[in-house]
Amino acid sequence: MGQAIAFYTLAAFILGFAVLVVTTKDTVHSVLFLVLDFLFVAALYVLLDAPFLAVIQVLVYAGGIVVLYLFVVMLVNLKRPPEAHHDPHRRTKLGLFLAVAVLLELGAIAVYQTTRPVLSVPGAPMPVTGNTEQVGWLLYTSYLIPFEIASMLLLVAMIGAIVLAKREL
Amino acid sequence: MIDQFVIPLLKIVIVLNATLVAVSYMVLLERKVIAWAQSRLGPMRVGPYGILQPVADAVKLMIKEDITPVRADRWVFTAAPIISMVPALIVYAVIPFGPKVSLFGRQVSLSITDVNVGLLYVVSVASVGVYGIILAGYASNSKYPLLASLRASAQLISYEVAVTLTLVSVVLMAGTLSMVSIVDAQYNGRVWFAFVQPVAFVVFFIGALAETNRAPFDMPEAEQELTGGFHTEYSGMRFALFFLAEYANVIVASSVATTLFLGGWLRPFPNVAMLRFLGFIPSWTWFLIKSFVFLYIFIWVRATLPRYRYDQLMRLGWKVLIPLAIANLVVTGIVKVLLS
Repeated sequence: MGQAIAFYTLAAFILGFAVLVVTTKDTVHSVLFLVLDFLFVAALYVLLDAPFLAVIQVLVYAGGIVVLYLFVVMLVNLKRPPEAHHDPHRRTKLGLFLAVAVLLELGAIAVYQTTRPVLSVPGAPMPVTGNTEQVGWLLYTSYLIPFEIASMLLLVAMIGAIVLAKREL
Repeated sequence: MIDQFVIPLLKIVIVLNATLVAVSYMVLLERKVIAWAQSRLGPMRVGPYGILQPVADAVKLMIKEDITPVRADRWVFTAAPIISMVPALIVYAVIPFGPKVSLFGRQVSLSITDVNVGLLYVVSVASVGVYGIILAGYASNSKYPLLASLRASAQLISYEVAVTLTLVSVVLMAGTLSMVSIVDAQYNGRVWFAFVQPVAFVVFFIGALAETNRAPFDMPEAEQELTGGFHTEYSGMRFALFFLAEYANVIVASSVATTLFLGGWLRPFPNVAMLRFLGFIPSWTWFLIKSFVFLYIFIWVRATLPRYRYDQLMRLGWKVLIPLAIANLVVTGIVKVLLS
C-alpha cells in the first residue's frame, strides 16, 4: 500500500516535470526541470531497491551530463526566436509519427512481457549479495560482451569528439 | 517504533544543529587563525576573545536588506543559495561518527544511516552541489557572477574526476562502498589508509581544496578579478547561505577525509593493546579531533599560499592530478592482485 502510494506520487512528479521540460519557454528552466526529473527517477530506483542505480543516476545524469547541457545552453545565445519554416506543420507531423512509434514499441514490450515465460537469470546463481556487487557480477559474467561493446563505443566516440574539436593534431 | 522513527529523527536533528553551529564557529576560527598567522588579534569585541562574533554576524545578515536585481531570473535566483546549501548538509546522512554504542540500554549506531553505496552517495550529492554556483551566476543577470560561475563549474567538474579516482583506490583497499565498513576495514587492516595510500591521500586533499573553492584555488570568488565572485548580486540571508555552504562543504570534506584516510572514529593504533587506556575517550571525540586537524590545515593553507592562476589550476588538475590518480589506481590494483 505504502509502496503503491510512493510509486504513484513519484510517477506523477516524473511525468509532470517531463511535461514541463518540453513546454517551458526558457531553455535554462527546461534544463532545470530535467534535473528534477532525473532526481525523481533516482528516487524511483530507491523504491525498487536498487540504490546503486539510484546514486549512479544522480552522479552521471543529474550531476554530470546535465551540467554540460547547462553550459551549452548558457554559452549559446538562445534568446532569438526560431526562424519560420516553410511548412509550419512539419513539427506536428514528425511529433505524431514519433509518438505513434514509441507507443507501438511500448505496447510490443508490454505484450511480450506478459506472454513470455519467466526467465531465470542466465548463468550460475550469483555468489554475491548487495546491490552493487550484483550489478558488478552481472556486468562481468552474463553481460560481459554488451558491456565491452558499450565501453568500446564510448572510447570511439571520445576519440571522434577530440578529432572533430581539434583542427590540427 | 522508537528504533524506526524516533532515534533516526533525533540523530538528524542533533547532527544538523551541530553542523550549523560548527559552520558558524568555523568562520570565527578562520578569522582568528588567519589573524594569528598575520600577527593580529582577530575579532575581539563581541564577547570574551570574540567568541560571540558568529551570533553578531548572523543577526547582522538577517536584518540586512534583501535585494533581488530587477532583471534577475527570480525563481532561480531564490533557489540557487538553497541548492548550494542542501547537498552540503545531506551528505551527513552517511558519515559515521562512531561504532554502535549502547545508550540508555539501547544499541545505537553513531551514524544516521549506513547504506551499502555510502561513498557513491557522497560523490553524487557533491556533484549536484555545482548547480548552486552555476545557477547563482546565471540568474543574477550580471557579467562578473556569470564569469565566476563558469570558472567555478569548470573547476569543480575537472577536480571531481581526480577526487573520484582517488576514492576508487580507497574502495579497492576496503572492498566496500559503505562508510562504516571502510572504517572497519582500516581496523582489520591494522593501518589507516593514509599510510598505504599516500598518493591518493595527497591528491584527495588537493582536490578537496579545489572542490570547496578554498585558497589557493578560490578562483570563483577572486575579489580582485571578479568583484566578489558568483555571489556578487546576493545580499543578506541569501548571501549568508552561500557563505555557510562553503564552510559546510569544508567540514564535509574534512569528515570524508577523516573517514576514508584517517580511520574515522578509531583511536590511534587501535590494535595495540598497550594503548587500550585511551578507550576512556569516546570514539566520536577522535572523529572530531581528526576532522578539526583537517579544518585547521584548510585555514593554514589559506593563510600561507597565494592564489593560483586559472590556467595553472587547470594544468595542475588535468595534467598532474588525474594522471597521478590513475597511476595510483593501476598500481593499487596490481599490488592487490599480487598480494591476494
